[in-house]
Amino acid sequence: MASAGEGRGVALRRTGFSVKRQTGFGVIAWLCFFMLYLPILTLVLFSFNADQSMAVWGGFSFRWYESAWHNQTVQDASLRSLQIAFIAAILATVAATMAALATTRGRAFRGEQAAYAMINTPLIVPEIVTATALLIFFASIKVSTGYTGLGYLIAAHTAFCIPFAYLPIRARLESMDLTLETAAGDLYATPWQAFRRITLPLLWPGIIAGLMLAFVISLDDVVITELVKSGGQDTLPTYMLGQLRRIVTPEINAISTVFLLLSVVIVTLFFLLSRQRS
Amino acid sequence: MTGDIVPEKPVRDAIEVRGVSKIFGAGEGRVAALDDVSVSIRENEFFTLLGPSGCGKTTLLRLIAGFDFPTSGQIMLHGEDIAPLPPFKRPVNTVFQNYALFPHMTVAQNIGFGLEMLGRPKAEIEARVAAMLKLVQMEKLAGRRTSQISGGQQQRVALARALAPAPKVLLLDEPLSALDFKLRKEMQIELKRLQHETGITFIFVTHDQEEALTMSDRIAVMSSGRILQVGGPRDIYDHPAERFVANFIGDTNFLPATVLSSAGGKARVKLASGIEIDAPLPAGFTPGSEVTVVVRPEHARLMREASTLNGTVENVVYFGTDTHFHVALDQGRGFVVRQQNARSGEAGVSAGDRVGIFVGDGAAQVLKD
Repeated sequence: MASAGEGRGVALRRTGFSVKRQTGFGVIAWLCFFMLYLPILTLVLFSFNADQSMAVWGGFSFRWYESAWHNQTVQDASLRSLQIAFIAAILATVAATMAALATTRGRAFRGEQAAYAMINTPLIVPEIVTATALLIFFASIKVSTGYTGLGYLIAAHTAFCIPFAYLPIRARLESMDLTLETAAGDLYATPWQAFRRITLPLLWPGIIAGLMLAFVISLDDVVITELVKSGGQDTLPTYMLGQLRRIVTPEINAISTVFLLLSVVIVTLFFLLSRQRS
Repeated sequence: MTGDIVPEKPVRDAIEVRGVSKIFGAGEGRVAALDDVSVSIRENEFFTLLGPSGCGKTTLLRLIAGFDFPTSGQIMLHGEDIAPLPPFKRPVNTVFQNYALFPHMTVAQNIGFGLEMLGRPKAEIEARVAAMLKLVQMEKLAGRRTSQISGGQQQRVALARALAPAPKVLLLDEPLSALDFKLRKEMQIELKRLQHETGITFIFVTHDQEEALTMSDRIAVMSSGRILQVGGPRDIYDHPAERFVANFIGDTNFLPATVLSSAGGKARVKLASGIEIDAPLPAGFTPGSEVTVVVRPEHARLMREASTLNGTVENVVYFGTDTHFHVALDQGRGFVVRQQNARSGEAGVSAGDRVGIFVGDGAAQVLKD
């Protein structure tokens, strides 16, 4: 009897629903991976093409990397992209850290839910709507002040990067033991000292993760940048978009590959940091 | 206001809680976590706040630490009202229930944190940390991260960290509850030793009556935001003033009785069986009052002949060190007698036997309510 019961237990465990055991699961999974990565793989492959074609292989070469490297416009666009991403990511992370502290620490305040929603709206509002709104808004400022510098792009990037920086920081804060700060206060630390010596060091991995995520998101943006930028303010993505409308050479592939590599490195760092437990 | 009426006590009180109330919420959801609590805690005392969860003991501890502020009343530390001070301005340290060790610091850095915040010179901090490590026998683990040591070791670090700045009072919030039985017993002895060696006043919060009885110089039993009784472990155990105290600490038999006469804190009471005994009596009872008398199971004696109380043995439960006899009294109540087991000479009483229960003068205690 006992063994029969056991046998049924095993059978029950086996019949528990598992998506992995459904017919066609493997096929669909591999199809998805192919759809995602095959085009990228092709792009990377043709960046090493010696020929000018993006479809016919003409031998291996670093030719397009060299030409991209020496292309002044690419250089300018890259530097501009990095500059905007760097400043916007730092500003967004500072704002996001303060927002995360305000929405997780202390007593819940009136409108906390509303504040939370407002911080995260850039994730929901269609980008083209934000971009159009910014275009119109900044246009009137441009007219009245005459300023046409990078400030507009930095401000716009900072705004839409805030929720991306906010989420990992908030997650980190929520998993933090509040009694640690209480204990610091008990041990004669003023609230500022407790923040500096306890909260901030423990929050650091979350802040770095938020910073990197914001950096990548800013680096990658096309829609808002395209509409907000003034003349001669192409970033790398908008430059590439412009190129695709004209003569297409594997130089675009080369730039994309470097871009991809940079993103992968940053995202990997983000992943490692957010996994780090203290 | 009460401060004007109550005469100043000599400074041997470390902490004096004066008429403290703590109200949470307002209107319908208004809850008094502490209801006009007053208590004095002496210097160098191991004082325990004992009660079930929700009785207000942790709230009182948090008010003394400064993590919360009283709705009304004063908290005096050596005669100075500290109730409005933030925690970092009070010479009081806490051992937290979950230890709250700083995970990004080493054991030594944790212990030195308080002194560092007080701005003490580096050499002094190092010397003090070394002394603390020695005190809790953790010298070898000074450089470890707190996540790399066991629960018992974390407990010691938490103690050392709280003791390092030499606080006037050490607060302990159920610090032993996370430890397993054997380690808990060890730490009970360790805590007593630390208190003795440092001479610091300990205020210990627990819901474990046995822990309270074995460790404390004095105990305050709390229930529903009030302190019911303050006294030494023997006092609390032998002379519980209220039904709650008698029930919460140890096992007890409750018997209805009538007061015949009282003089000098002692009363002559008549039990339902018609037998009269002497028992200590709180103030405020007049002859003729119906009262409840409590008798501890080990303070009564089982007899073969008719005695103070009489009944039939219902059940005999063997506990190793002692045996519990459950007796159905003739007046219809149950009564438990506990007798220590001797190597020879078993009680020889079994279920169904007629027995007498001898309750001597002084073995019983009259309750307030």
